[in-house]
Amino acid sequence: MVARVLTWWTVLRICLEERLVYRGDFALGTLMRFLPIVTQIFLWSAVFSSVRGDRIETYSFENIVAYYLLTMVSRALSSMPGLASGIARQIRDGEIKKFLIQPVDMIGFLLLMRLAHKLVYYAVAAGPFALVFFLCRGYFSGWPPPTVMLAYLASLVMAFLLGFFLEAAIGMLGFWFLEVSSLLFVYMLFNFFFSGHMFPLDMLPAPWDTFVQWIPLQYLAYFPAAVFLGKVQGAAMVEGLWIQLAWTVLLMIVCRVAFHRGVRRYSGYGG
Amino acid sequence: MSIIALDRLAKSYRVYQKKEGLFASFAGLVRREYRDVDAVSGIDLRVEQGEFVAFLGPNGAGKTTTLKLLSGVITPTAGTARVMGFVPWRRQNEYRRRFALVMGQKNQLWWDLPAQESFRLHQQIYRIPPDRFQRTRDELVDLLDVADLLKQPVRELSLGERMKMELIAALLHLPDVLFLDEPTIGLDVVAQHNVQQFLKHYQETRRITILLTSHYMKDVAALCRRVVIITQGRIMYDGSLAGIVDRFSSHKVLTVSFGGGQVPNDVVRYGDVLALEPPKVKLRVARSAITDVLASVLANHAVEDVSVEDRPLEEAIAEMFALAE
Repeated sequence: MVARVLTWWTVLRICLEERLVYRGDFALGTLMRFLPIVTQIFLWSAVFSSVRGDRIETYSFENIVAYYLLTMVSRALSSMPGLASGIARQIRDGEIKKFLIQPVDMIGFLLLMRLAHKLVYYAVAAGPFALVFFLCRGYFSGWPPPTVMLAYLASLVMAFLLGFFLEAAIGMLGFWFLEVSSLLFVYMLFNFFFSGHMFPLDMLPAPWDTFVQWIPLQYLAYFPAAVFLGKVQGAAMVEGLWIQLAWTVLLMIVCRVAFHRGVRRYSGYGG
Repeated sequence: MSIIALDRLAKSYRVYQKKEGLFASFAGLVRREYRDVDAVSGIDLRVEQGEFVAFLGPNGAGKTTTLKLLSGVITPTAGTARVMGFVPWRRQNEYRRRFALVMGQKNQLWWDLPAQESFRLHQQIYRIPPDRFQRTRDELVDLLDVADLLKQPVRELSLGERMKMELIAALLHLPDVLFLDEPTIGLDVVAQHNVQQFLKHYQETRRITILLTSHYMKDVAALCRRVVIITQGRIMYDGSLAGIVDRFSSHKVLTVSFGGGQVPNDVVRYGDVLALEPPKVKLRVARSAITDVLASVLANHAVEDVSVEDRPLEEAIAEMFALAE
């Protein structure tokens, strides 16, 4: 057990070191993430100025900005740039072999690699995040109660895991299709609309509101933000957390099964 | 018991046969034709502990596929294989801690980090005790003379330096079996020689079992006593390097320097002329006739110098490959 923890700690440490190699790209990528906030605030202020009343559904302009800031946090955790395409590329060019010959679990390794990416990202972005939230503090109605805060943090952790296993499972399809970019494009498109990244999902009319209940994407961005803002409370919040956990476990299983089946049909491409 | 045992091991691939042209590409979206390719066709092989065996064969003969099967990267279509008692494609960690695979064209090190970081990671992945790790790493670094390069990012190393680091990473956990797939590919003569010398020394010292594929006969001649030749997925020869010439070369090369500065006009009756530089001539003579031809030349002509040689190994092997196809 101790040996295993040490192994994973070393993997995490090396991933962190690797992540910090390209300073320029990393710094630019981190800071650019904050740019969309400005455009979103302009967009929503234009939308609110063109509607009658000060609310759209149950959201005021302040609610929307707060919602958007919170989805930015959850998406920073649940988005996995390059994960699925990276797995498919490794399958295609044979790089995946190293995971098959070394006594290491590939999925665990990739998960730690992502965790390292997120840790480095948050370590650097914590300052700018704090500044943005401080400047926008007027849009929030205060901190939620401790239990809600705990639920929010749990939903964020699960959003990270869910995002990882979802994209890793798509990457594993590379064992069958070799190229998954089109599939990934479809996924990103769905993710864009149905994770709550663009607008709060409870604004959706029927039958789309039902549709989003049946897919896991809302747990990547909308659900954590809704928990924080008190849009989902009490029994509904607990139920939502259980469903999010169920999706996470299910996709973890799908990812593992896809890996084991895929490796069996793998042809060891690339020399 | 043999350390490596293959019984009727076979692997076939289904390969898409794309026809030429844009129209065929669109047609391929609807209907595709496939062909089954037998990369390995029922190989039987036994390798004993401490052997250094070379796999030779033309491109696509099945050498690398065999190594991939033995290292558990791919699963066979039929047959069985056991390496140190393990079935490779079950990929048990106990097995993976006891072998290593080095591929000349593939990189296992972290590209952006110094090699020493990858070594540290290998220490943890393979659960190598710290003192043993330190000792082994220092020994390998000394042998390969790369102490100055340990802190340099891998991407900034030359191909030869990178291969040395790959070898260190592969040997840190002291594997009992090592699979080498063209470890000297693309290296210059000096780097090739260094890698050869290292492998020779390492294998002699530690008596590990090594299976090597290479297109460089110098690698094979320098390192391996036993050679297995694979063509079209089948073993065509299994024996010593010298035995290849005995078995597959039907001719010898007779070189004669005649006295008087001239080559006799009727020299063609002794064999096919390979090179003519009066007074010297190089003839291709059937192995079975060499004694008679030599006696006849010496009896009928004034000869200043004479030599009989086997054909170059590469030629004998190339002829064998051609025969197989």
